[in-house]
Amino acid sequence: MSDRITKCFAKAKAEGRGAFVAYFTTGYPTMAQSEAAIDQAIAGGADIIELGVPFSDPFADGGVIRSAAYEALKQGVCLDDVLAAAKRLRAKHPETAFVLFTYYNVIFSKGLETFAKAAAEADIDAVLSVDLPLEERDELLDVLKPYGITYVPLIAPNTPIERVKESAEGLENSFLYIITVKGITGARAELPPDLTARLDAIRAAVKLPIAAGFGISTQAQADVISQHADGFVVGSALVKRLGAEGQLAGKLLP
Amino acid sequence: MKPNGHFGPYGGQYVAETLMGPLAELAKAYDEAKQDPEFQREFQAILKEYVGRESPITVCRRLSEKLGGATIVLKREDLNHTGAHKVNNTIGQALLAKRMGKKRLIAETGAGMHGVATATVAALLGMPCDVYMGAIDVKRQAPNVQRMQMLGARVVAVEEGSATLKDAMNEALRDWVTNCDDTFYVIGTVAGPYPYPDMVRDFQRVIGDEARRQCLEKFGRLPDQAIACVGGGSNAMGLFAGFLDDKDVKLVGVEAGGKGIASGEHAASINGGRLGVLHGSKTMLLQTDVGNIIDTYSVSAGLDYPGVGPEHCWLHDTGRAEYSVICDDEAIAAFDDLCRYEGIIPALESSHALAEAIKRAPTLPKETILLVNLSGRGDKDMENIMAYKKAHAGV
Repeated sequence: MSDRITKCFAKAKAEGRGAFVAYFTTGYPTMAQSEAAIDQAIAGGADIIELGVPFSDPFADGGVIRSAAYEALKQGVCLDDVLAAAKRLRAKHPETAFVLFTYYNVIFSKGLETFAKAAAEADIDAVLSVDLPLEERDELLDVLKPYGITYVPLIAPNTPIERVKESAEGLENSFLYIITVKGITGARAELPPDLTARLDAIRAAVKLPIAAGFGISTQAQADVISQHADGFVVGSALVKRLGAEGQLAGKLLP
Repeated sequence: MKPNGHFGPYGGQYVAETLMGPLAELAKAYDEAKQDPEFQREFQAILKEYVGRESPITVCRRLSEKLGGATIVLKREDLNHTGAHKVNNTIGQALLAKRMGKKRLIAETGAGMHGVATATVAALLGMPCDVYMGAIDVKRQAPNVQRMQMLGARVVAVEEGSATLKDAMNEALRDWVTNCDDTFYVIGTVAGPYPYPDMVRDFQRVIGDEARRQCLEKFGRLPDQAIACVGGGSNAMGLFAGFLDDKDVKLVGVEAGGKGIASGEHAASINGGRLGVLHGSKTMLLQTDVGNIIDTYSVSAGLDYPGVGPEHCWLHDTGRAEYSVICDDEAIAAFDDLCRYEGIIPALESSHALAEAIKRAPTLPKETILLVNLSGRGDKDMENIMAYKKAHAGV
């Protein structure tokens, strides 16, 4: 089993910072620009990359990521293209952890066994499916396990601590993705006031590292999060900048 | 962990984690309400005094005679207040919303009937209501948009994706995940995550329960076949629920064949789809090879949904119900027949069920009773039918 995720969090911790998890809609604005931006993000300090798979019905996403998904779909980008990109990226970035970030139908449609094999060939470290809660996830986890691929569960603001523990159960070399706000993805000017207490409570309850995401768009926000979590996720802010500038040169976050 | 609300391999709760809490809260509240005589009494009273239930069954004498075979009998959901079966469900869900202390209703709508039914009950109970509707549907169903607005609801046009029902449902889910503390999402069909497929079926089963009793009273026996159209499948599930234990009653669901399954332009998820996961449940879906959802097509906007209720898939697999396909032209012909032989203008959705009965009747003896759920009236379809006829004149 790959231990890249564990190592990425350990490395950040040793450097006294939170791990930087960066989300990209793979294939946006174009596949070439998307891959180049991921190279830049890794050079700019991203530890873990979430490779978003565009889906026709992104009901958990905010406007920025939805638009990016529709744009990528227009160019015909599908799961196989994302896995092919992952393979190319892996060749260049042997230590970066790659998480395939998707809606469940996209992988279910391929056939779970076929998908797991293809993901393993692309050396994907983990899968995250936004619409596959604890109650439904076993059929996927059972298929991923023999291939050494782990799963990243989402934890919502209203997930009880007992359920947080159950979500972490049985998972190794993974992390918990803590959703900071009720709602969809996208930058927010302010994060909820009770967030830091919530992160402390979750961190005290589980062994896996935790990374907080949804709404984080500035280094100042990331710094606050990093005092209460092992990492932070930035998605819409990067995708938006990539759409506007075509690349991600220099500092990743304002 | 044990999954919730599966019908064989179908159903479940494939939603964002944030909605798992609200769904658990809903399932618990519904369970309690179901067993609370006071809730049931209030529900039944509104169905009787406001919707005008029970709705009658009507024997199609002239139409059956013309076909020269089985006797076609209609369950008249078209006579309900708001003109369709949809209101049975919205009343149930809105009462539940009140009971749960929710302050606001949201809904998705395609043809607009569920939106109108939700706006209606929102006005009745004094709750604010936002209805999400694909921008294309807003244009092609303008009268229903006006009805919703007249009733005090806000209609939100959804411009993205294919700008139709599935996109409206996506947007309603985004609203719900953001506002789940005080908002109740009124889903219009037996799809979506558990407990919706169970709950909507239960609120609609009044159709089947009444029809069963009415058939026994009028004919001294049960119908031989119970036939209903299936988009998401709420009117069919409501009808079927009354007869599930009557093994001799054949259950027939009718999907919208559009221009024919082979053309790819249809809305027949069971007959022309593939297993997948959308809007919270595992079900048969119209999708591409790589798992993106396909735009559906039918002359009837109310059947235009790329998925289908999970319980229908299960009834299909177990053989308890069969699912056939009726194309646009057959539905329109059935529409004309009912208008001219019985003086009833049916909804285009219901015309699909009727067309299936018309197909079956001639080969069956007169004693055979084909019970058709006339799920709605056709006033809303006038413009579409005139346009269809104009486009197909002389063909």
